[in-house]
Amino acid sequence: MYNYLPHTDQIREEMLKEIGFKSVEDLFSNINRNIRFDNSNFDLPEGVSELEAKEKLSELASNNLSLSDCLSFLGGGTYYRYVPACIGTIIERSEFLTSYTPYQPEVSQGTLQVIYEYQSMICNLTGMDAANASVYDGATACAEAVLMAARITKRSKALIASSINPEYKEVIKTYCYGEGIDIDYISLKNGKSDIENIKQDEYACILIQNPNYLGSVEDVFEISEVCKSSKAKFIVCTDLISSAILKRPASYGADIVVGDIQSLGLPIAFGGPHGGFIACRTEYLRQIPGRIAGMTKDLDGKTAFTLTLQTREQHIRRAKATSNICSNQALMALAATVYLSVMGPEGLKEAATISSARAHYLAEKINKIPGFKVLFNDFLYEFVVKVDDEFSAKDLLNQLKEQNILAGIPLDDKFDEYKNCILVCVTEMNHISGIDKFAAALEKITSKCCLRS
Amino acid sequence: MDKLEVPNNILCTKSHEYIIAEKDIATVGITDYAVDQLGDVVFVELPDVGASFSKGESFGTIESVKAASEIYMPVGGKVIEVNENLAKQPELINEDCFEKGWLIKIAEFDKSELDDAMSYDEYKDFLESNEEEE
Repeated sequence: MYNYLPHTDQIREEMLKEIGFKSVEDLFSNINRNIRFDNSNFDLPEGVSELEAKEKLSELASNNLSLSDCLSFLGGGTYYRYVPACIGTIIERSEFLTSYTPYQPEVSQGTLQVIYEYQSMICNLTGMDAANASVYDGATACAEAVLMAARITKRSKALIASSINPEYKEVIKTYCYGEGIDIDYISLKNGKSDIENIKQDEYACILIQNPNYLGSVEDVFEISEVCKSSKAKFIVCTDLISSAILKRPASYGADIVVGDIQSLGLPIAFGGPHGGFIACRTEYLRQIPGRIAGMTKDLDGKTAFTLTLQTREQHIRRAKATSNICSNQALMALAATVYLSVMGPEGLKEAATISSARAHYLAEKINKIPGFKVLFNDFLYEFVVKVDDEFSAKDLLNQLKEQNILAGIPLDDKFDEYKNCILVCVTEMNHISGIDKFAAALEKITSKCCLRS
Repeated sequence: MDKLEVPNNILCTKSHEYIIAEKDIATVGITDYAVDQLGDVVFVELPDVGASFSKGESFGTIESVKAASEIYMPVGGKVIEVNENLAKQPELINEDCFEKGWLIKIAEFDKSELDDAMSYDEYKDFLESNEEEE
């Protein structure tokens, strides 16, 4: 079998001879033995043929549970939503798929226009004046927004809602550590930020997620008032699907709006890719990280697109750049742009309304099953279910998984306040029949448990 | 660029700011050389009135089509006025950096901190010697 390594022993020998070494070992002799990997422990099997490799990989892949084979009620930052077929067709065009950073506008008009359209749509959905060309994901968008607020206010403390995605919290913490920004948290009450308990301090910003990680809609107007009176910037992290039925963040005084765009036409995959958006009011435009595509006129007066504010980016400004985010998720932003184009305002509203209606339908069903309680009622399409202490939520999830039902995310490790609770999400992908099946399976398991005890 | 009239009591820094001190108030801006290097200025970020800075501290940013650069205090002091016109007309810096294109006015500064600043002629020599090095 050919092992795909192009170098033969003869070629290796010739190369070593050319540079004056006798063996490969000689080549690395100046690297201390103590820090070198011990080859004798590197127990790799012999190479296999392509056919054998493919069989092995298929065998491993079959251990995965595919979303198409099961009922999924998983949310928590990554959403199983319908991805229209045209998205794949468009983003796989080589002009988009293989294009590099559009530094040269003369050869990148298509890519630049897509980014410009994407930014415009983000502005439209959030009510903000300007959006950047995207960042890696919702978590980095949150963290960058906090740094942005610190630069704008010249303050070094941030107040973050405990109800935001726990993973976002970790990323914000990492970013703030390097910048010397201290973080305080708003405590939780009834699944959302406890507005009675918001500390007034010299905060650069107050960051909330709306709807929050637990699915609940926050008291945004009250929090906005606190921001105004303490001159803290109001950062709102949101899922844009929700913006089709909730008030736009601009209308309740948001200064910076961020979020993840995975729910807009990107499939669920372990490790992503996701994409994040950052949008803000005009006055903060020069503090927005990353790149922005702008519309202008070319020499002949024709509409043209180009990257703008580049002088603040890392490739020019080095250490003094606005952010060390120099990149964006152009392909993911394209997917989101295509998604929003084909869905339209009505389609987006439908997706949000159907998800919300079915989520409430499921919540009602679960609430009627002995041993379960839906904790908070002002949710959109995600909600928290408290499992009675006589059952273990994690065991329950495992039992349901055996029936190909991914019932939700256990909150035990994420929120001390919500032990033995599950976060359940419903989207337009969950049909009534599937929802009924889930409720029935839940009832069956718990009634058996009751008989046993 | 047309030849600008250089104010005679001007002092310049190695980081290309100028300062014109008159009694208790000094005007700070960037030199014609700095303007020439930057090209068209598109945005200026200036501090709030009342803010204090020490000598050498960055008090703002000038952004041109080529670069975004920090501007440094030639002397420690308190900002008493900023050139509001620059918000809408940053090009004033290109047109007339010494008069209409000034950046900030400061008070409460220590004149002795200006000892290492250069006269305009010395600054020209400094620029020439720099060019030779390159």
